[in-house]
Amino acid sequence: MTVILETTPSRYALWHRFVHQNLSVVVGGVLLLSVILIALVGPIIYSVDPNAISPLRRLKPPSTLYWFGTDALGRDLFARVIAGGRISLLVGVSVSVLSLACGILLGLVSGFFRSVDAIMSRVLEAFMAIPAVLLAIALMALTTASVGNVIIALTISEIPRVTRLMRSVVFTLRGQPFVEAAIASGAPIHHVLFRHILPNTLAPLIVQGTFICGSAIIVESILSFIGAGTPSSIPTWGNIIADGRTFFQIYPHMIFFPAVFLSITVLSINLIGDGLRDYLDPRMSRNM
Amino acid sequence: MVETVLSVRNLEVAFLSGHGRSQVVNGISFDVNPGETLAIVGESGSGKSVTSLAITRLLDARSSEVKGQILLNGRDLTVLPEREMRKVRGGEIGMIFQEPMTSLNPVLPVGKQLSETLVLHRKMSVSEARAETVRLFDRVSIPAAATRLDDFPHQFSGGMRQRVMIAMALACRPKLLIADEPTTALDVTIQAEILQLLRQLQAEEQMSILFITHDMGVVAEIAHRTLVMFRGNLVEHGDTVDIFHEPKNNYTRTLLAAVPRLGSMTGTSEPAHFVLPFQDQQPLPPQKAETSSTRKPTTEKAPTVLEVRDLVTRFDINNGFMGRLGGRVHAVENISFNLKAGETLSVVGESGCGKSTTGRSIMRLEHPLSGEIVVDGQDLMKCSAAELRKARTKMQMIFQDPYASLNPRIRIGDAIAEPMLLHGMTNRRESKDRVAQLLREVGLLPDMMRRFPHEFSGGQRQRISIARALAVRPKLIIADEAVSALDVSVKAQVVNLMLDLQKGMNLSYLFISHDMAVVERISHRVAVMYLGEIVEIGPRASIFGNPMHPYTKRLLSAVPVPEPRERGKRPAPPIRELPSPIRPPNYIAPKREYREVSAGHICQEWDRSEWAQ
Repeated sequence: MTVILETTPSRYALWHRFVHQNLSVVVGGVLLLSVILIALVGPIIYSVDPNAISPLRRLKPPSTLYWFGTDALGRDLFARVIAGGRISLLVGVSVSVLSLACGILLGLVSGFFRSVDAIMSRVLEAFMAIPAVLLAIALMALTTASVGNVIIALTISEIPRVTRLMRSVVFTLRGQPFVEAAIASGAPIHHVLFRHILPNTLAPLIVQGTFICGSAIIVESILSFIGAGTPSSIPTWGNIIADGRTFFQIYPHMIFFPAVFLSITVLSINLIGDGLRDYLDPRMSRNM
Repeated sequence: MVETVLSVRNLEVAFLSGHGRSQVVNGISFDVNPGETLAIVGESGSGKSVTSLAITRLLDARSSEVKGQILLNGRDLTVLPEREMRKVRGGEIGMIFQEPMTSLNPVLPVGKQLSETLVLHRKMSVSEARAETVRLFDRVSIPAAATRLDDFPHQFSGGMRQRVMIAMALACRPKLLIADEPTTALDVTIQAEILQLLRQLQAEEQMSILFITHDMGVVAEIAHRTLVMFRGNLVEHGDTVDIFHEPKNNYTRTLLAAVPRLGSMTGTSEPAHFVLPFQDQQPLPPQKAETSSTRKPTTEKAPTVLEVRDLVTRFDINNGFMGRLGGRVHAVENISFNLKAGETLSVVGESGCGKSTTGRSIMRLEHPLSGEIVVDGQDLMKCSAAELRKARTKMQMIFQDPYASLNPRIRIGDAIAEPMLLHGMTNRRESKDRVAQLLREVGLLPDMMRRFPHEFSGGQRQRISIARALAVRPKLIIADEAVSALDVSVKAQVVNLMLDLQKGMNLSYLFISHDMAVVERISHRVAVMYLGEIVEIGPRASIFGNPMHPYTKRLLSAVPVPEPRERGKRPAPPIRELPSPIRPPNYIAPKREYREVSAGHICQEWDRSEWAQ
């Protein structure tokens, strides 16, 4: 029995302590919120068509008129970068939500039923033997280039990792007395899975979700850059960088701005993930 | 004047956390004299382990605050620089802990781990160190010491590992040995061996021991003087014999009253409550009159609730090439017994004897290989999955770990209501009343139903688990070490509660436990398990009063007696390693013969050569 000697700290002190203890979540959150805000509100305020070609104003350096300058076809880079932000965030969030949903279901079944696991694990291992980028490229080669197909391709390549994580978490939970108590009290399997096991797995999976979001944004840019992702008519960060690479030595701004946005977005998402991991379970940093 | 080895003055320890500062030790003072054993005894949260960590300065300086004086041979350890302190730890102070496996490096041979210490601290050459290691292993009675130096920790049993730890602690001839719950994780026969070893070593080396434990029986076995702690305060301090016979403090008296004593039940056949003085007893509501009046006393006439016939449970070990069968753990081998309504059958034995597997097999949490499990007339081995789910309302299970047996994300009211709702025994609205009633029955308050498990203490959680088990009105409750993890005073209360509930509802208990003293108090009948088989079964009075099988005798003689005057009067049990229940795949279990000793008391015939000692 312990005795708490200190009185309840003030609201400011609590906030101060939260910021101090979860610095990476706060910094990451502020950065990510700014990126989201720019991507959402930017096109409304700065209403320049990101695809409008104008040979007269091509290859302009950044100025008060064109904040990020223009590219080889005279398109406004600021408009293109914020439009690209929307695509990147859409891809990142969709891929993490979809792959979590599928991976959680597969992992739940695989972790609980040994017979299913014996087959499923072999299939997953086969998938995981192929690097995610290569798998996505191969899948994209089978379909037409579109944002939707990029999301599907990236989701498929992320599912094995989520499933493996979920499976291992379910594995340890399955032997917990409270799960056995539920089985012993006559609960049907679906009840045990969804009421007792699933809620206790969410913490590590949410953390995994943030990392998937970050890596999906990067892989999407890679695919666009090498021309295997979204069609070049859609402004994505990868496409903008790809367009700018021939002029990189003379006009570095064409790559600089989309690259900075890409880095900040992924960095902020990863910071949030790191912070969440420590916040949700201090032991996770060792377990993962 | 004898100089004290350790002198602690006004020791205060506080933990600093995000939520503020919490005082865990409130200014305690004590001395340890040369060649003396001082026991610090207390329940969880009493600050006994923190005290030992403060003495060895193993508390994290960033999150804790230590005040007061700790004098070791006149030197104040609190102001010693960390470099000097490192020489004190392992040099002047030897330490042994509860879990010997985690204290040993699993990838180094034990002999090497010990001789490294000798080379480092006592500046020996490698060959000298090796010879000294053999000598130390001999001192702690490790059989065939010289041949075991190159073995790895996992090749030793728990008791042997603790011997290795003691040998390591002795390596630098410490003046003070700090033993923090060194026998808590061990079986009772191994515990008796280790306590005997510590007594013997102390006499030979004139070493002082600071012994930290929660077990009054162990205190009586080993300590010259005793210090009782309660919530960070020293409540009583004195000679062990005085503490046991004339306790001055109310808390000490409560603690002693709650200690189960073997032999206290001689001459009776029914279970009995613990008598707890000075305890804010939560009174149970009077049970409904008709249930208690219609209750039949546990006689021959009571209906049989559980019948187990030739139950066999084995686990395959696939360690051969490409996952081929390498052997089988014969966890439960041909056991048969029955259990009547309102009766308690205790299953006792040491870890690995198959007692838990028996309970789990009956509950069908494991898949038995063969046999019959008849619960209330229905054979569970021949049930379909749906029938099995229904049959599970007739029997429920309570688990050992009160922290892990409740889902941390479900309110306790919902957890208790869940089994009833699953079986359609009630609807959501009515279930509230039923949950409130159940909570009252187990001595909790109905308005606690909105709380989460982490808001309760261990004892309260075990009451919640009992309420959940009772929710479907089962006839049989399988209690798998249900009170083993609880503090002694809480344990007594939960045992009393279980006895009250049994009387009120005519419940049958299959009480699985390694604690012989609790078993003596709670059971009508007792079954002793050894290597997956029941070696002796019968009425409790007969098993405890007239044990026949050598294993039962050995088990009973190893139970610590909470009576310091009896210390050393009983002969030390011979050192014996528990054989492994792992058999090759082609092993055929031998046919066993049984004989009836007296009415209902059946004993397995044993191999005289195996048990000749």
